[in-house]
Amino acid sequence: MWELIENNKRRSFWLFVCLFVVLTTLGGLIGASFLPPDGAWWGIGLAVLLTLILGVVAYWAGDDIVMSVGQATMITKGTNPQLYNIVEEMQIAAGFGRMPEVYIVADDAMNAFATGIRPEKSAIAVTSGLVENLSRDELQGVVAHEMSHIVNRDVLFMTFSGVLLGSITMLSEGFLRGIFYTGGSRRSKLGSSSRSHPALILITIIFALLAPLLAKIFYFAISRKREYLADATAVRLTRYPEGLAGALEKIAGGANGIMNYNRFTAPLFIIDPQEMAIAGDGQDGKKLFSIGSTHPPVNERIQILRKLSGASYRDYQSAFMSFKKEGDLIPDRMLRDKTAVPLRKGVPGPIQPGGTVEPTKKQKTRDIGDLLMAAGGFIFLPCACGLKVKIPPTLGRNSIPCPRCGRILFLPAVTPGVAHADGDAGKKLGTDGEESTLVYERRSDSWESFACDCGYPIQLSPLFSANAIQCRNCKKKIEIRYPNTTR
Amino acid sequence: MWSILIFLGILVAIAVILFLAIIGIYNGLVGLRNRVKNAWSQIDVQLKRRHDLIPNLVETAKGYMQHERETFIRVTEARAKAMGAGSGSVKDVAQAESGLSDALAKFLLTVENYPELKANENFLRLQEELTSTENRIAYARQAYNDDVLLYNNKIEMFPSNIIAGMFQFLKSEFFQIENAKERETPQVKF
Repeated sequence: MWELIENNKRRSFWLFVCLFVVLTTLGGLIGASFLPPDGAWWGIGLAVLLTLILGVVAYWAGDDIVMSVGQATMITKGTNPQLYNIVEEMQIAAGFGRMPEVYIVADDAMNAFATGIRPEKSAIAVTSGLVENLSRDELQGVVAHEMSHIVNRDVLFMTFSGVLLGSITMLSEGFLRGIFYTGGSRRSKLGSSSRSHPALILITIIFALLAPLLAKIFYFAISRKREYLADATAVRLTRYPEGLAGALEKIAGGANGIMNYNRFTAPLFIIDPQEMAIAGDGQDGKKLFSIGSTHPPVNERIQILRKLSGASYRDYQSAFMSFKKEGDLIPDRMLRDKTAVPLRKGVPGPIQPGGTVEPTKKQKTRDIGDLLMAAGGFIFLPCACGLKVKIPPTLGRNSIPCPRCGRILFLPAVTPGVAHADGDAGKKLGTDGEESTLVYERRSDSWESFACDCGYPIQLSPLFSANAIQCRNCKKKIEIRYPNTTR
Repeated sequence: MWSILIFLGILVAIAVILFLAIIGIYNGLVGLRNRVKNAWSQIDVQLKRRHDLIPNLVETAKGYMQHERETFIRVTEARAKAMGAGSGSVKDVAQAESGLSDALAKFLLTVENYPELKANENFLRLQEELTSTENRIAYARQAYNDDVLLYNNKIEMFPSNIIAGMFQFLKSEFFQIENAKERETPQVKF
């Protein structure tokens, strides 16, 4: 895996060089045809400046792309343990030094993506549709694919080649518009002495038409290769290709709705969101494939994954070759390692698929819904009858009857119901030490709700008489005090 | 006169190149060794996590599975043994931990007979934690073994083997778990 990163660096270097040559040639030609004597240098300078500006913007804005995708909610271990665990497992498998942030995007479409130009700012986002519809193993496959994008530094790579592609496109579009809308008027103003040769202008026009096309073909070809590589790396991480294959199958089959995306972020999704938009019309995934696709056809990816007999890069390469008849997917250096890497039959631990209880889809949908509502400021009050009442932040009252049993439920106070023990109280109870720094004073002996320090609502029944309770979210111990007696 | 100077210059250049190569290889080996160490500490973290999880699991299950004392004792004992092996060699740890894995697998098989326990929310949460911990251990082991393979190969291969011999880089042990599950026939109790 480490060699792959090295190799990526070298490869991306050459891609950059090629794109840069195209860019500067274009800039030079444009400059030369507008300002004949030494305009070429001005043109090159302009092209480089444009790229630098776009690059800086992409570098600073790139990390916040998760936010721009829409309703992305950052999750923690407490809010969605399974997804968080899965990401952490993949982080361990990849030997990646830092836990990426995990986001859930409220969208019924099934998709996932990774961001983070700098490794320390990396994040993985999945849609709520994905979490609802995939099993744990399948979700693991998707997360592994995204993790591979992060460890292979694909985010950096695709963002900056996207920047180069963008400036080439902008330059040529600008030039062509200039030519066609102003016609020859600009040149006639400059006088005959500085008029450039018509042949040069013709060459520039042709190049300006071809350059973006060339750059795009190049860019998309590399982007597709990256997807295969991320698949191969994902299998190396999980050693269980069926997880990813199953996930891809479900994702391709159930495309519904379109995610917010833009051209720069498209290569980072697990499946091209632009294709998903069309796939919703019930077309075959293979037909959608074109030279301008950032992702390889899904069917092919699935078939390659199902063909694998081992998890090494060699295995992926040979499975890939049986489809493509071309063999330069994975760099030779990686293939020298002939150690066989066996596949797993199921999840790695002793718990076999039948043993783990998968929550039903309905349960998952409800959990995700709850999570997103909680992020929206909703309060959850568990009622004694078992119903979880969801209260919008705009209710404006401090109690509400339970819709099922009619019990009056008290909302947690606006100010957190839990106080940190002050110095005196702390000394009085000093024996417990740091453990009991949170205190809640009971106000009555009926039903009571309050919010923990972490914001998690806790409800006490009239029968509750213990003198401490543990918050189910942050696991902190909260001391309960009673108004009259100190039990 | 000049030819001697050129000759000396070439000698010095060769010496410098050789020296730089040795530094490069040495640093590469140190980097790999540290990666192996780091990967090992990752495994350690995950094993501790599992040890911490077990009392919780047993406590939750006890109320539902009153007739399975043996299973609990087996798990608890395996845990104690695994914790004792914590500071031993890679092989000892691997052996003790695979014992614990087996005990846990048997425990989870027994759980199948207790639908009420399987429906318990707290137990479900613990089960997800256990699944994840087992996965983490497996993945940490996988990453560790990959690193060890890379490191050991470097130590054995020319020319880095010379440097490795000179500075006494020792080969690391793989973390191998023998699969006891497959050798044993499952016991059926009535």
